[in-house]
Amino acid sequence: MSASTQGAAAADSGLAQAAPRRPGAIKTAILTQPQALIGLAIIGAFVIIALVAPLFLSGDPKAKVGPIFEPPSTAHPLGLDGGGADMIRLLIAGTRVSLLVGFCAALVSAIIGGTIGVLSGFFGGKTDIALMRMTDYFLVIPDIPLMIVAAALFGRSLTNIIIIIGIIYWTTTARLIRAQVKSVRERVYVKRSRALGAGNGRLIFKHILPQVAPLLIANTVLLVAYAIFAETFITFLGLGDPSVISWGRLIENAFQDDAILNNAWWAIVPPGLCVTLIVLGATIFGQSLEDGLNPRLRVGHLSVRRFKVRPLRGKLDTE
Amino acid sequence: MSTNGSKPLLEVEGLHARYPVGRGIVGTVSRAPKLEVRAVDGVSFSLKRGEMLALVGESGCGKTSTAQSILRMIELSGGSIRFDGEEISGLSAKQLRPLRRRMQIVYQDPYESLDPRFRVGATIEEPLQVHGIGSKDDRREEVKRALELAGLTPPELYIDRYPHELSGGQRQRVAIAASLVLHPELLVADEPVSMLDVSVRAGILSILDELRDNGLAVLMITHDLSTAAHYADRIAVMYLGRIVEEGPTREVIENAQHPYTRALLSVVPKRDPRDRGTPQILRGETPNSIHIPPGCRFNPRCPMAIAECKTVDPELRRPAASRDPEHRAACIRV
Amino acid sequence: MTPLLAVEDLNIWFELPNGGELHAVRGVSFDLEGGERFGLVGESGCGKTTAMLSLMGLLPPNASVSGEVRLEGENILERGEESVSPHRWSDIAMVFQGAMNAFNPVKTVGSQIEEPMRLHGVAEGRVARRQVEELLERVGISKDRAARYPHEFSGGMRQRAAIAMALACEPKILLADEPTTALDVMVQAQILELLGSLASDFNLALILVTHDLPVVAQVCDRAAVMYAGEVAEAASTDALFHTPRHPYTRLLFAATPDLHAGGERVASIPGAPPRLDRPIVGCPFQPRCDRAFAPCPIETPLLKSVGERHVAACHLNDHVREALPA
Repeated sequence: MSASTQGAAAADSGLAQAAPRRPGAIKTAILTQPQALIGLAIIGAFVIIALVAPLFLSGDPKAKVGPIFEPPSTAHPLGLDGGGADMIRLLIAGTRVSLLVGFCAALVSAIIGGTIGVLSGFFGGKTDIALMRMTDYFLVIPDIPLMIVAAALFGRSLTNIIIIIGIIYWTTTARLIRAQVKSVRERVYVKRSRALGAGNGRLIFKHILPQVAPLLIANTVLLVAYAIFAETFITFLGLGDPSVISWGRLIENAFQDDAILNNAWWAIVPPGLCVTLIVLGATIFGQSLEDGLNPRLRVGHLSVRRFKVRPLRGKLDTE
Repeated sequence: MSTNGSKPLLEVEGLHARYPVGRGIVGTVSRAPKLEVRAVDGVSFSLKRGEMLALVGESGCGKTSTAQSILRMIELSGGSIRFDGEEISGLSAKQLRPLRRRMQIVYQDPYESLDPRFRVGATIEEPLQVHGIGSKDDRREEVKRALELAGLTPPELYIDRYPHELSGGQRQRVAIAASLVLHPELLVADEPVSMLDVSVRAGILSILDELRDNGLAVLMITHDLSTAAHYADRIAVMYLGRIVEEGPTREVIENAQHPYTRALLSVVPKRDPRDRGTPQILRGETPNSIHIPPGCRFNPRCPMAIAECKTVDPELRRPAASRDPEHRAACIRV
Repeated sequence: MTPLLAVEDLNIWFELPNGGELHAVRGVSFDLEGGERFGLVGESGCGKTTAMLSLMGLLPPNASVSGEVRLEGENILERGEESVSPHRWSDIAMVFQGAMNAFNPVKTVGSQIEEPMRLHGVAEGRVARRQVEELLERVGISKDRAARYPHEFSGGMRQRAAIAMALACEPKILLADEPTTALDVMVQAQILELLGSLASDFNLALILVTHDLPVVAQVCDRAAVMYAGEVAEAASTDALFHTPRHPYTRLLFAATPDLHAGGERVASIPGAPPRLDRPIVGCPFQPRCDRAFAPCPIETPLLKSVGERHVAACHLNDHVREALPA
């Protein structure tokens, strides 16, 4: 090997050591969109409540511990519902179920949408057309009525609810991932890998998926928001699993038990607030992640820029 | 420079690559004639081991398409490609796979040609994994060897780095190392240094230079005549999908015969401000490859064109004033 | 005689997101006479584009500037945006890198060339349109193309249109940032010839910013070679090639292949430029220099006169001052 190449690389090495490690894509996204942390905090709070609180409580949350619709007191800060059960214990139980349904359904959607998006974007051609046609059909079907019909037809177990929600919401994910895969597929390093003989499997799993994963994660978080809302809605309509407590069920119960007539706001507002809060949190987090991950969304400023002028330093010695 | 034997490693004959161009709704409805881009329109050349051939030309001349057709990365419309005596133009993707080890490509953009999520070692190891070569330890040795060949020493310093930690020149060396790890016999370098600073270009090109001295055949694609003049053994000048002049470098540079080559050489800026010469600036721009002029494709812009040039499509043949038997030009007037 | 443009001790800093500061331009000084063709040459990161942008006050809000840029004696950087904007386009205009993509796709090329005329009160209505047609003809585009849209122009033609737009208000100085970098060699020759003839016809001073040394050698009379935010050497292009007084200039020419250089070996310069977010001690080129000696890592060399309108910042010239006549 010639001296010139040796020398060049050796002197280059100084620079190589100096460059810092760049944080991962998700971390960078969070750094540029600090409001993401607010969303994450909200979700985190609920998750902690769902996991930790039941350890300190025992017995059946639905047990009657006092008169129907008793107002909030020191013993029961959120009062009692239409069956005399403690609202707080019911809410905690409901958190577990709602979050479970939300995460699982979002996962189902992400898997379906992600797979279809990857297959469509990577293979293109007839596969793409067929899959996108199917996606369009699903997009066109109104989601809520479909969920109602499916729930009414297939039974009201928790698993069914998860599946039903999962197969409604994958369409946006599929389109998003497909677009991303199409663009990554054209990158030079993917073409290079293909040129040296790499098979489709390797290209998809080693080169394309890692690039697409952050966006998929961001999108899944948004799906959690949709899914929790959907579950609440279905359950409220009376199509939910009767054996489980969820926030939707609490609201439904409150309606059935005429909470409003009894001025028992504590039976309706808290569950509704919980749903709102977590949907808000997931939306903020997911949206901020998506914004942070999409470089094209960064906008330049058109207002007149004012650069600063510093006072003159000593004049240069020019002769 | 060593050329092993006289039998060429690569022989290309009558290569054609065309692709159709949309006519739009109006065009289709009015049954306008189907248009196609004739990116490669009858290209023939040969390349020996240990030889560097520079395919030179402006954008749209077909040099990149030619290289991609040879590597079977785009579809051929016609012509023959013989690699080490074997006809490869008709082979299926499966049959081509073993051949892919023997032909490699280095791309122009060092910032895009490496997967940002792969460490340097992983990028260079990938070709070995794809072709199932060696054990994990063997592969690591090969990766180190390739890094050394590309001038990144000591290899341990670079193996675990990510591309964003390296400069443009270093990334291009990594790309070269990744292409060398399979011990190819033919290397296509597509504008290997055009996106790098001037001060690092010679370092990269000297790697290719040495590899050529060790028997590698190099097909370099470039728009930069000065670079081609310095490193290539032979130059082929392309215009609108055809080779219009080719020959040993010194001969083409000092005794160019085709009017297009002569014009190009006259407008390439020189370093010496006193060497401004009389640039022969052609008017207009290169027409696109959809509407190739009849007769000699250069005739509309040619300062030497005569009536016959509009009807006769010249063959590549030795010009009268050439000083080397391997010098060819496609012009009826030389 | 006061030069048309005198840049003195220009310094530009950028605030970095992590709190540090990037000192991108470190005390650059040069002069430009009316009608002169001046080249600003250097590799990526040397600060040439930043320095040029500051001449038009086109710096982002995180930039701060010190030094003087005297246009016909008046320091236009004195009060920042306020003192620069009156001169923008009417006295100093610019052709941007990738000007080909700087056109608004939904407005005709003619209207976009007319716009600065209207904004700066140079001409309006029919008078303006006639001037636009004249400009287009002058840059080699037939005047009936004024009503066409940018996508109907080829790359080279859009660059010509961008030049026409820069000339709309009849400036005294034209800045061209890598005007031919993405163009083919023949189109490059056409554009460079155009810039040269425009400079002569309109008595326009030209500052050509590029990394391409041979382009500067062919087009410019004088040039400044920049490295790590500083001027390493400035002289006539003839002197830069034949009698360089800075090792970087010499090595940069040696690293550039040339058609007529025969068997001469093409050099490469090992290493990389220094980081500009830290202070630099001594000569910034010293780690890569083949002639570095004792004072180089310690003392920053100052830009000194080494000949007729020839300055260089290198300790190798330190002895020269005694030799020159007073």
